[in-house]
Amino acid sequence: MLSIVRRKVFDGSFTAAALGQSLQRIRPAIAAARSYSSAIKEMTVRDALNSALDEEMSADPKVFLMGEEVGEYQGAYKISKGLLEKYGPERVLDTPITEAGFTGIGVGAAYYGLRPVVEFMTFNFSMQAIDHIINSAAKSNYMSAGQISVPIVFRGPNGAAAGVGAQHSHCYAAWYAACPGLKVLAPYSSEDARGLLKAAIRDPDPVVFLENELLYGESFPVSAEVLDSSFCLPIGKAKIEKEGKDVTITAFSKMVGLALKAAEILAKEGISAEIINLRSIRPLDRATINASVRKTNRLVTVEEGFPQHGVGAEICTSVIEESFGYLDSPVERIAGADVPMPYAANLERSAVPQIEDIVRAAKRACYRAVPMAATA
Amino acid sequence: MTMDLSRLTSSSRRLHLLVNPFAAAAAHSRRPISTDTSPITVETSAPFTAHNCDEPSRSVETTPQELVSFFRDMALMRRMEIAADSLYKGKMIRGFCHLYDGQEAVAVGMEAGITKKDCIITAYRDHCTFLGRGGTLLEVFAELMGRQGGCSKGKGGSMHFYKKESGFYGGHGIVGAQVPLGCGLAFAQKYLKDETVTFALYGDGAANQGQLFEALNISCLWQLPAILVCENNHYGMGTAEWRAAKSPAYYKRGDYAPGLKVDGMDALAVKQACKFAKEYALKNGPIILEMDTYRYHGHSMSDPGSTYRTRDEITGVRQVRDPIERIRKLLLGLDLASEKELKDMEKEVRKEVDEAISQAKESQLPDPSELFTNVYSKGYGVEAYGPDRKEVRSVL
Repeated sequence: MLSIVRRKVFDGSFTAAALGQSLQRIRPAIAAARSYSSAIKEMTVRDALNSALDEEMSADPKVFLMGEEVGEYQGAYKISKGLLEKYGPERVLDTPITEAGFTGIGVGAAYYGLRPVVEFMTFNFSMQAIDHIINSAAKSNYMSAGQISVPIVFRGPNGAAAGVGAQHSHCYAAWYAACPGLKVLAPYSSEDARGLLKAAIRDPDPVVFLENELLYGESFPVSAEVLDSSFCLPIGKAKIEKEGKDVTITAFSKMVGLALKAAEILAKEGISAEIINLRSIRPLDRATINASVRKTNRLVTVEEGFPQHGVGAEICTSVIEESFGYLDSPVERIAGADVPMPYAANLERSAVPQIEDIVRAAKRACYRAVPMAATA
Repeated sequence: MTMDLSRLTSSSRRLHLLVNPFAAAAAHSRRPISTDTSPITVETSAPFTAHNCDEPSRSVETTPQELVSFFRDMALMRRMEIAADSLYKGKMIRGFCHLYDGQEAVAVGMEAGITKKDCIITAYRDHCTFLGRGGTLLEVFAELMGRQGGCSKGKGGSMHFYKKESGFYGGHGIVGAQVPLGCGLAFAQKYLKDETVTFALYGDGAANQGQLFEALNISCLWQLPAILVCENNHYGMGTAEWRAAKSPAYYKRGDYAPGLKVDGMDALAVKQACKFAKEYALKNGPIILEMDTYRYHGHSMSDPGSTYRTRDEITGVRQVRDPIERIRKLLLGLDLASEKELKDMEKEVRKEVDEAISQAKESQLPDPSELFTNVYSKGYGVEAYGPDRKEVRSVL
């Protein structure tokens, strides 16, 4: 087993170096391309979400937005900037701070056939409305044998921000993804944000759309195809952000960025990591994950949320059920620390996965490091 | 639910008497049952009490045909609920079964005051409300027995009846949740400029729910055509209203929203109140109706209903305020039907219910593959699993 790893390492490092050199050669070409009008545009996640909302509201008069501060304040995080002026107060509705009430109203409107987008200022506040998300929205199509479908989107920032403390940093991906009848999406890049939000709004079922506050300001390149108003990404399909052959790393939302950076570090050490951006937590793209693990034989799952009963636990079990024979090492799981989120900067840093955690876990999966706990 | 009109073809009573000598012979005691649609006015038995609005008139416009239909519809509902009681005790119905007998006037009176384009949403005591919205006995009994012929194809059960095409949005198991949902329906009706309203029904037990006040606040701010109807049967499961609510004057609890207290055992009063409320809500926004009503059964089939109230109280209400007896007396008093005709009608109703039950019993349980249908309206070809993932799986 080790000899195989060594060979791969040799190949990896050789390829990495060659890649670096070829990139040097390609870069000037890209710079030249920028001067032409077919250059790649950059877009922040915030603008991506805003443009997606704008386009879907323009295309379908039944789509409307409601939530706290979405209208006159232009959105607590400015995601709905300009929409009130463009669509008016009938379609962009400022609500009082009453999640249970306004979420129920949104679901009722969806019962009747409208297509509400309900914004939670953060998903921590969705707990006040969770009965409506689960019992009124998720289960209705089933309980009514198809009579009452609920074309609603619940969106807002999810997970840790920076220094906002325990009550404002919870990740709800595992919570909502456990529930049949819901679709749960977690975009990473601007392309994800645009394509998945549009898909969510067009979808006839209730969709929980988990954004990330710290990603709102990040810019990503977007192609002309992504900018087109008909652009849409499929629900239930993960994206292989970076192909690799030694270890599969799954991640979603902000953690994708960390995983990609970890992959760069791993590449220098001769480990070729395949990074899977889940995009869809429910339905989970088990096919892509398993195909990747069957190729690399090693898996590291990364998530920001609490580990117990989390997304990584589900992915690990799925791989054991379907690809057990292909695993060359135990599945590694990187998750948020199993504590309420502390405030102090140093404690917060150690409560959230860092790049070095992902690198370390990947190396362990490749038998390249011995975990601290094992030496005790 | 239409009356069997095969015997009654004439438009005027006199013509009928001339043509049918047999009827003429019987006429000296009672006239034949009336299908007359000429308007008559009846006074409600109790006055309305208003909060922040002017109460409607106690004189209710109705017709003989409508009054007869009230009797028949309520008798049908009563018979249906009693039959459900037997079916439950016979273990043909499982889980929860919350019966509405005693409260029929609310369902029937409401239908008379509104259209099928208006929406009704209620909680779990929904069998009769569903019937009033155009549901059939077969759909009710088959659903209660978990069969394919049920309105939710056997997948919902007693608490999850729906009939979207005639404005019935369920059927909800979580106490109080239906009120914000109902306000959402009203929001959509206003958004689409449908000029229709939503009646969101809830009990005295649910009246203390916070989400109710949240939804009312938003509905009043946005002037939604939402009518909140408290079916006050005075007991939230086993808890009497005075033990649960600091202020059991539910029609006043809307504070800034107007309210009306209505004798919920008087179908005509209910009709008048709902007509009034619809007009009001379309112009001004939300209004609360408190229907003073009573359930003869306990909260559900597992509750005898006599540990927290006396049998005397129950029989007292039955003797003095029963909604069906009230209409019977009215019909007899106004000479719109004979005692025998009404008793025959009740026999017919009983037969109808029995036939529906036999039919429902013949309906099959859902196909095992239905376990995985309707999870989504639009699946993506992703797998879903049964308890043993290697044994039972399906593609959504």
